Amino acid sequence: MVSKPHGGRIVKRVASGKTRERILSEQHEYPRICIEHGEAIDVENIAHGVYSPLTGFLTQDDYISVLDHMRLSDDTPWTIPVVLDVNGKDFGEGDAVLLYHNNHVVARMHIEEIYTFDKKEFAEKVFRTGDTNHPGVSRVYGMEKYLAGGEIVLLNELENPFEKYTLRPIETRVLFRERGWKTIVAFQTRNVPHLGHEYVQKAALTFVDGLFINPVIGKKKGGDFRDEVIIKAYESLFRHYYPKDAAVLATVRYEMRYAGPREAIHHAIMRKNFGATHFIVGRDHAGVGNYYGSYEAWEIFNEFPDLGIVPMFIREAFYCRKCGGMVNAKVCSHEERFRERISGTKLRSMILKGEAPPEHMMRREVFEAISSFEEPFVE
Amino acid sequence: MADEKKYTTVSIPKPLYEKIKARIEGTGFTSVSDYVTYVLREVLASLEEEEKEEIFSKEEEEKVKERLRALGYLD
Repeated sequence: MVSKPHGGRIVKRVASGKTRERILSEQHEYPRICIEHGEAIDVENIAHGVYSPLTGFLTQDDYISVLDHMRLSDDTPWTIPVVLDVNGKDFGEGDAVLLYHNNHVVARMHIEEIYTFDKKEFAEKVFRTGDTNHPGVSRVYGMEKYLAGGEIVLLNELENPFEKYTLRPIETRVLFRERGWKTIVAFQTRNVPHLGHEYVQKAALTFVDGLFINPVIGKKKGGDFRDEVIIKAYESLFRHYYPKDAAVLATVRYEMRYAGPREAIHHAIMRKNFGATHFIVGRDHAGVGNYYGSYEAWEIFNEFPDLGIVPMFIREAFYCRKCGGMVNAKVCSHEERFRERISGTKLRSMILKGEAPPEHMMRREVFEAISSFEEPFVE
Repeated sequence: MADEKKYTTVSIPKPLYEKIKARIEGTGFTSVSDYVTYVLREVLASLEEEEKEEIFSKEEEEKVKERLRALGYLD
């Protein structure tokens, strides 16, 4: 049996048919809130149940509870405040408003509450730092003065260049069941696959029925691989090296917060909603710079006996010349001089020069897929 | 909302309290309350896991399968 949805049920907040038509025909009557791309993605994730049990942006009670206890006010584990910042003008509590992104209406929201918040407290509790060099902290300090909480209903999807690979929780749940998978391990990625990733994914797959590779599509930093490159690289890996009946590739749109340990829990919850029973937690998962310890994202799982998804902690893989294969520190007894670690920086630099990385770092087919792009990196 | 409003008192037998107090010494638990909360959350979560799986309506499920077939995820 796949994982039960977080909070008990998959949320669906999508307007359709006459209701949708009616709201859209009356759109000029509603106050309007312009939202950022990341917030629009949050709206979609709420509407399609990726963030179940959330039905909207957090109200104050839940916001405070998430900050202080890493739980919603009903005690359900929840670590990242999914909030909407507003300037507090043109509408009030009790109003229904329309959320716009780039002049396109995205959703209707019922403003249940408008409340003030302390940006410093938000940053220090969620990101464990007040340093504005941290991208998440800097984003918080750039937010408006108030937060608006309340339920949403999705009216229009954002443009999606990866529709073919976009599955919603309700779809992955049916898919996993149709394949007869009872245990599923999810892997989150923002990168092209190298041998280290493949080792970790296949090590996890050994213990479960199915592998769910779930790349995050969305805003990236300069120097990151472009979304289409990541997809093409995984398509190639799947075609040549993954058993068709034991692995699924589907994307999720999401804007990273870089909240390290807290975000690792959030990522696990999202995958639980997709139906995964297990989740691979990386070293310095969702971290940035040196803000979090290498294994803090593993330790935080001890605080959630009721998370409902099993974290899998698989150590970083490397190639050992003496073992003659990919291994990790737990299973290899050899000295550091025999070990060849896979460096993302080194791989990037080789790809930029058009040099094929050694076979023990990256599959030739994956490199060829990446090389088929003139510009594989985000500028 | 003040934190005190978020907690309530539950009574447990004194000997059990003492046993737990001794047991959590040197662990990450800082109080008997923390330990009891942890254990109860674990127990409740495992009971909920045993409950029946969410069922979709036939119509909804067929629509989902159609899309999965169209995208090549199902034969």
